[in-house]
Amino acid sequence: MKRVRLAAILFLIVVAAGCLLADVAAPASYAHQFRDLPDAAPSRQHLLGTDDLGRDRFSRLLYGTRVSLLLAPAAALLASVLAAVIGGAAGFLGGWLESAVMASTDLFLSLPWLFLLITVRALLPLNVSPLASVTITFALLGCLGWAGAARVICADARRLCGSDMVLLARASGASGFRLLWRHIVPNLKPVLAAQFWISVPVFVLTEANLGILGLGVAEPLPSWGSLLRELESFSAFSAQPWQLAPLVLLVLTVSCFHLVFKKQELWT
Amino acid sequence: MRRRLFLFPLLLLVLAGGIAHGQSQLRFCLGAEPKTLNPLLVADEPSETVRYLTGGVLVRLNRMTQQLEPALATSWKVGGNGSAIRFTLRPNVRFSDGTPFSAEDVAYTVERLMDPALHSPTGDSFRSSDGKVRTQIVGESQITIVFPAPIVGLDKLFDQVAILSAHSPQKEMAVLGPYYVAENKAGSYLLLKRNPNYWKHDAAGRQLPYIDSVRLDIQQNRDIEMLRLARGEIDFINSLNADYYDKLAAQAPHMAFDAGVSFDSEQMWFNQVPGSPLPGYKKAWFTSTNFRRAISMAINREDLARVVFRGHARPAVSWVSPANKFWFNARLQPHPFDQNAALELLARDGFRMKNGVLRDRDGHAVEFSVMTNAGNKARERMAAMIQQDLAGIGVRLNVVTLDFPSLIERITRSFNYEACLLGLVNDDLDPNAQMNVWLSSSENHQWNPSQKTPATAWETQIDALMRSQAATMDVNKRKQAIDKVQEIVWREEPFIYLVNKNALSAVSANLRNVHPVSLRPQVYWNIDQLVLGTEVARSR
Amino acid sequence: MRKLGKLAARLLLVLGLGGFLGATLVRLAPGFGVDEEELDSRLSEGSMRALRQSNAASGSLAGFYIHYLSRLAHGDLGESQALNEPVRQLLAERFPETLKSVVLGLALGWAAGLSLAMLAVMSRMGVVDLAASLLASVLLCIPAAVLALLFVVAQAPGRLVLGLIVFPKIFHYARNLLAQSAALPHVLTARAKGLGSVRVLLRHILPVAAPQLLALAGVSVSLAFATAIPVEVLCDLPGIGQLAWKAALGRDLALLVNLTMIVTLVTLTANSAAELAAQPPRGGQA
Repeated sequence: MKRVRLAAILFLIVVAAGCLLADVAAPASYAHQFRDLPDAAPSRQHLLGTDDLGRDRFSRLLYGTRVSLLLAPAAALLASVLAAVIGGAAGFLGGWLESAVMASTDLFLSLPWLFLLITVRALLPLNVSPLASVTITFALLGCLGWAGAARVICADARRLCGSDMVLLARASGASGFRLLWRHIVPNLKPVLAAQFWISVPVFVLTEANLGILGLGVAEPLPSWGSLLRELESFSAFSAQPWQLAPLVLLVLTVSCFHLVFKKQELWT
Repeated sequence: MRRRLFLFPLLLLVLAGGIAHGQSQLRFCLGAEPKTLNPLLVADEPSETVRYLTGGVLVRLNRMTQQLEPALATSWKVGGNGSAIRFTLRPNVRFSDGTPFSAEDVAYTVERLMDPALHSPTGDSFRSSDGKVRTQIVGESQITIVFPAPIVGLDKLFDQVAILSAHSPQKEMAVLGPYYVAENKAGSYLLLKRNPNYWKHDAAGRQLPYIDSVRLDIQQNRDIEMLRLARGEIDFINSLNADYYDKLAAQAPHMAFDAGVSFDSEQMWFNQVPGSPLPGYKKAWFTSTNFRRAISMAINREDLARVVFRGHARPAVSWVSPANKFWFNARLQPHPFDQNAALELLARDGFRMKNGVLRDRDGHAVEFSVMTNAGNKARERMAAMIQQDLAGIGVRLNVVTLDFPSLIERITRSFNYEACLLGLVNDDLDPNAQMNVWLSSSENHQWNPSQKTPATAWETQIDALMRSQAATMDVNKRKQAIDKVQEIVWREEPFIYLVNKNALSAVSANLRNVHPVSLRPQVYWNIDQLVLGTEVARSR
Repeated sequence: MRKLGKLAARLLLVLGLGGFLGATLVRLAPGFGVDEEELDSRLSEGSMRALRQSNAASGSLAGFYIHYLSRLAHGDLGESQALNEPVRQLLAERFPETLKSVVLGLALGWAAGLSLAMLAVMSRMGVVDLAASLLASVLLCIPAAVLALLFVVAQAPGRLVLGLIVFPKIFHYARNLLAQSAALPHVLTARAKGLGSVRVLLRHILPVAAPQLLALAGVSVSLAFATAIPVEVLCDLPGIGQLAWKAALGRDLALLVNLTMIVTLVTLTANSAAELAAQPPRGGQA
């Protein structure tokens, strides 16, 4: 397992280096269209071939990794923090406040947020830059993605409030925010970690699907999600398996992160 | 006694087998659920499909020859300078439920169609002016329909009018077409069965249609539609995109059909609405002919046709497709791809290139957005290619994909957009059908709708020309006027026409007598004469 | 009884609020009241005006909602503008389809997710945990559209896709919750006393994690409903998910309000049931 963890760390370093040094490592601009070579197979010039507009897939993968690797975890972190604060506070305080917060959470889970996203797009200027558009998208996802985890965290916090450990802490004089921050929140880490690791790939994929509302990444900026959308045409990727590269990279990156940080999740 | 008891179920089995063996079923997919089964209210493609398959019409436009043929009317005559039409009806015809067909039904249909309260899109095609439409029935089988004003192409318009029964208790479900709607499972499929009273027979006297039933599956996903064709679950795909066409042509060339250039076009236009919430300098750009022409010349249409449509498209010239041989102005050529010429045109309006960025005379960097409907991959690709092309002249183009209702809201209500990339679906040969696009006072005059008076001299000219062609029955005079409108549009470029796509379709080898054409419906236009492989075996 | 009464009151209040907020979101979003038929160049001025008027919102949002609630009291759910059918009929036809998909999806997701989570926690071999995590990660990263397509290609029932989408989420949460419980001192004691793995799991780990798992169960119901939308659209299953998508594209207010209330009701019921089930019995310890 030690060797596996080491391999994971090395892989992550390579990925990070690749996307940070994309300007140097990429053989071509992610936007440049080699119009004489659309849907080309991998070659020395184009390591992962080209897409339907003749753009180098490897370059787009490097730049797309940079966008998604930065923004998806940030959005997942935001969602996790919101879930921790709202769910944790509700479980800790209990009573009518907990009921009110949980009812609000249920409401939050049920509303058609699609229309809020459409409204947000309408409020944004048409000429918003692709990077600003994708940043706003991930921020929205972070703000909307906390509700499910908050419920589980609330139940966990409620359990912890009744545990011997917290009883001992109270007996020692801890109360209020100190009790919450020092003794309860650290023990919520396993649930928060699960929330975080689920959210990263879910947000990557959701960002791509939000393209239908005018949100998400805009041409020509790539992201993992937009690259993965190419797979929705089965007949395309069955004939061109190298299109699976973004999927493989996403799976490996998420798994490696998980592997590297796994041990710390479980222990307070 | 026992032997008889034994034989009876055996007989039933044989009969059932015989019936089952005789039942042929054609299967294809609709992209969405039909919004209505009332043929007078058809506005979407799936509803139009059902109407085509079930509706009996007085005259039928042969999609292959593009000539009008008798259907429920054996003959017709346009008179009154194009404001009246007399039909002689086919005798001894019955609706699918057995109700006899007569001139009364035609009168009833016309009355319903032209009812202003119904707001029928088909009826609106006949509305050339205010006033009531009159019908005069002469005997059982003749009817004259008189309109308040002349209508160009009057007879051809009846290809879209499915005749309803005035007396049938089934109302619009009683039909005169080759099939009737037998089953409608919402969200899943429609089953059409052969009309037992269909009037048409083949040369050998056999009643048509040959195929006993048609099943229309509701299938939104184009990938799954292709898979189903490959598996033999459906018999054809009426409209195929270029990617799938190429794959199919490589694997099963006998199944892929390219009927040549279609009547549809893809185009881009700039927002020229004076009251739009755009900054003044952008309004100035978009209302400048030089600017629009320069943008047009900076776009590589050949590349769009070759890369996005895999060569199954050609650079567009005009709002009339070259497939429309009579009405297309063959003197016009697509605008050439010439970025230097584009920059020269822009220079006339004071635009200058500075450090790779194009700026107007006030120093504003030329940057604007183009919106298109999300989910349409071809348009998204075209927008990305145009983005790269315009970067070559220092213009920064932002591509915005929106859901269709949001897009429509911007182009029809708020006018909060800069440029739009959409397509025109054209089912009508006669360019008069696009009158509401070219009249400056019309709501469909996309770039600047509902003008009280034309904003430009060339729009005044177009208004006059379109009105003049609608007021004469002389086809040559109409042709001259339409040619002139095409020339003006080519010069002024309110719409920047990009490409005309080819009509691509896929047909299973099991389906015979298929002759795909470029006019809708491409594959099943001769539905009553299509034959499935099993039918061929049986008829032999 | 008092508790049930409180829950019912809460349910009604949140349901009413959900419907109203849902209607607000739809009504205020751009594209409401427009119809793609407006782009039909055949339409005369009069027809265009009539079309716009018929699509335009009549009256205020509050007025619409009050009218809707009064009709609801008589069992009338209104008419769908997009599909020209009574909403009640549409829901009656399609809700069973979605229910089948959701039940099957949840059953599959929970069976696979919880089983693998238990295996990962109880197995002493790290490779089991690694393999299970990898499988879950792969399924999390595959777009729903691709999964649905693969199922169509394999001619497998599209409903199972829901299970594959729900499974990795259940697995990750359950694994961490069970691992957290497994690390508690009393479990170590139980192991030290020689209790078998299964007994330790059933008697000492699961009960501790039960409240959180029940909360997760409640949340997974709303997750499954939300997931049903893309799955039904992609696999062409005629359920309320597909209906919701069509309603969203058509800005069909009547249909969307009803669908929002159904989803709110299901979410509230599932989560309330989970809360009730997680309550300790009277006299028991937390």
